Amino acid sequence: MDFLTLLQVLDTTVRLATPLLLACLAGLYSERSGVVDIGLEGKMLAAAFFSAAAAFYSGNAWVGMLAGIGASVALATVHGLASITFRGNQLISGVAINFLAAGMTVLVAQSWFKQGGRTPSLTGSARFEPIDLPFAIGLPDAEAAGRPLSQMIAEAGPLQQFYSELISGHSILVYLAVLTVPLTWWLLFRTRFGLRLRAVGENPAAVDTAGVSVVWLRYSAVLICGVLCGVAGAYLSTALQAGFVKDMTAGRGFIALAALIFAKWRPVYALWACLLFGLFQALELRPDIITNLTGLKVQIQLLGALPYILTVVILAGFIGKAIPPKASAEPYIKER
Amino acid sequence: MDKMPKWADIVLIPLISLLLAAFFSALVILAIGENPIEALKLMIDGALMRSAGWGYTLYYATNFLFTGLAVSVAFHARLFNIGGEGQAMIGGLGVALVCLYIPWPHWSLAILGASVGAACFGALWALIPAYFQAKRGSHIVITTIMFNFIAAALLNYVLVELLRPVGAMDPASAKFPAATHLPSFQDMFSTAETPMFRGAPANVTFFLAMAACVLVWVLIWRTRLGYEIRAFGQSETGAKYAGISPVKITVVAMLISGALAGMMSVNTTMGETERLILNSTEGAGFIGIAVALMGRNHPFGVFLAAILFGFLYQGGAELALWTSIPRELIVVIQALVILFTGALDNMVREPVEKIFIAMRRRNT
Repeated sequence: MDFLTLLQVLDTTVRLATPLLLACLAGLYSERSGVVDIGLEGKMLAAAFFSAAAAFYSGNAWVGMLAGIGASVALATVHGLASITFRGNQLISGVAINFLAAGMTVLVAQSWFKQGGRTPSLTGSARFEPIDLPFAIGLPDAEAAGRPLSQMIAEAGPLQQFYSELISGHSILVYLAVLTVPLTWWLLFRTRFGLRLRAVGENPAAVDTAGVSVVWLRYSAVLICGVLCGVAGAYLSTALQAGFVKDMTAGRGFIALAALIFAKWRPVYALWACLLFGLFQALELRPDIITNLTGLKVQIQLLGALPYILTVVILAGFIGKAIPPKASAEPYIKER
Repeated sequence: MDKMPKWADIVLIPLISLLLAAFFSALVILAIGENPIEALKLMIDGALMRSAGWGYTLYYATNFLFTGLAVSVAFHARLFNIGGEGQAMIGGLGVALVCLYIPWPHWSLAILGASVGAACFGALWALIPAYFQAKRGSHIVITTIMFNFIAAALLNYVLVELLRPVGAMDPASAKFPAATHLPSFQDMFSTAETPMFRGAPANVTFFLAMAACVLVWVLIWRTRLGYEIRAFGQSETGAKYAGISPVKITVVAMLISGALAGMMSVNTTMGETERLILNSTEGAGFIGIAVALMGRNHPFGVFLAAILFGFLYQGGAELALWTSIPRELIVVIQALVILFTGALDNMVREPVEKIFIAMRRRNT
């Protein structure tokens, strides 16, 4: 395998890891506050549809993303109501949200667009277009030179190839997602809010005794989770693809959940976990590369199942131990 | 002292939750520009007014009976088995292997063999998450979710690479031998003059599901093991002091749960498609969650809830046929039922409890 092929696979990895990363960080906020969220999938799906729909009507991807965030936050509020206010079962609430999104998106899509549960294809400014960073070889350069882009990159030096193929040419949401990692780390580990958020996931009674509202902290974590899932959904339908199709999240919410466990609920590890799972997805699209590299015929089904298998292994404690926040999935009942 | 009488807990609360779910479903139908009352009429006509409609309703209900019982047995041990879907998929593999590779002389023997195959495979798929939960403390919800995806990948691999007949295009096994054909309701109840259940897939497996209902009731409320499962579900520490092994109860409850979920595939794979296909479960494993929640984990409640969801499924198919409402309406209704009877239970319960306490105070 040559250098350029490797770069292409890594480029796909980054693009496929982005929604995982956003959803994984979303889950991180929620679970660190003690609210387990298996409804990441549903929130992403709802956001993907409403982003695509709003972007189609307005012709503006940012307006689309706002609508997606709105839909995702609405579902997050339902989850908050069920698991914080009414102290219900957080897992059951998550299951309900996944189904609600799976059904509603198709129902509304059919009612609005009558295309069998999809939105029309998005073009132009209704999508997040790739951004060319300074000094990178991008489409405009190729058009100016009148040659295909892939050919120009192939002729460039290795450093320029690395820069143009892998670092440059992603949509703005990819860069935003990567920036969210240090931001999350800073917020959780260097601010008062973060300390309290982590404390409320470990020992809510102590936080309550200190005079800080458990309910408020958990709601803010759940709402941040909603916003990030909204961005993840918007990325799926308006950047990675051009429009919404039925069930387009395809289990990504659960892979993000797996990545969260894999990363042991830590932001920087979450980045590596999501990149690893993104790499599996990228290789699933190019099984020929593994065959060329190892001489083995690898089952693509195995690659698809690998994130799940790894998570089970990690959870069982065979490679390190993944210990969730102590108070996760437990509703907090103030003593009367 | 109980906060409210028993009947309120088992009848009133589920009824209010159900009405709330129905109300929001009606709102959804209104919002997409259709008439909810017309829709309900169409659903009743299509699912309950013809024997063929009943044939579909009971076919779906058979699936939901198995998966609903599966979820509720696990719930009794306070385990949330969200992996019914994967267990049913692997159960289907068990059915297919039994039907394809053992020459059965008669369907009555074949259904017994297929049930054993389905139950064993389903139980096996539940065993690993159960063991990890009991011995290594990994959360059963997460592991069973992961096992659903692993099951789908495994089934895909087995169908595409191993079971697919040479030259066939679609990922499915070969057709099962004719001797394994299960009598459908049409075969059983039609006479020469009056054909009944024409073309409907309901088959003899329905009675197997009814038997499973009775057996689960006996197991949970009339046996030592059932007592231990319930005791463990009420209080793990209490059960430990009583000498009940948490590892044993976790594993056994999940094995029974997985076996029940797996047996759903007798109905779909042997009773309907008569070959193993990729998506024979069609989400029935997840509907089991709604059914168990609505049925309050009691086999009779599960029976009623399974019939209701069977009706919704068949009615939803009719709606998709005659109106512009897609089948996904059922997924929305299912979500609302899970939300109101499961997650938002306290929202309904607390006001009702307050009313009963206030009434009692006035009486004394």
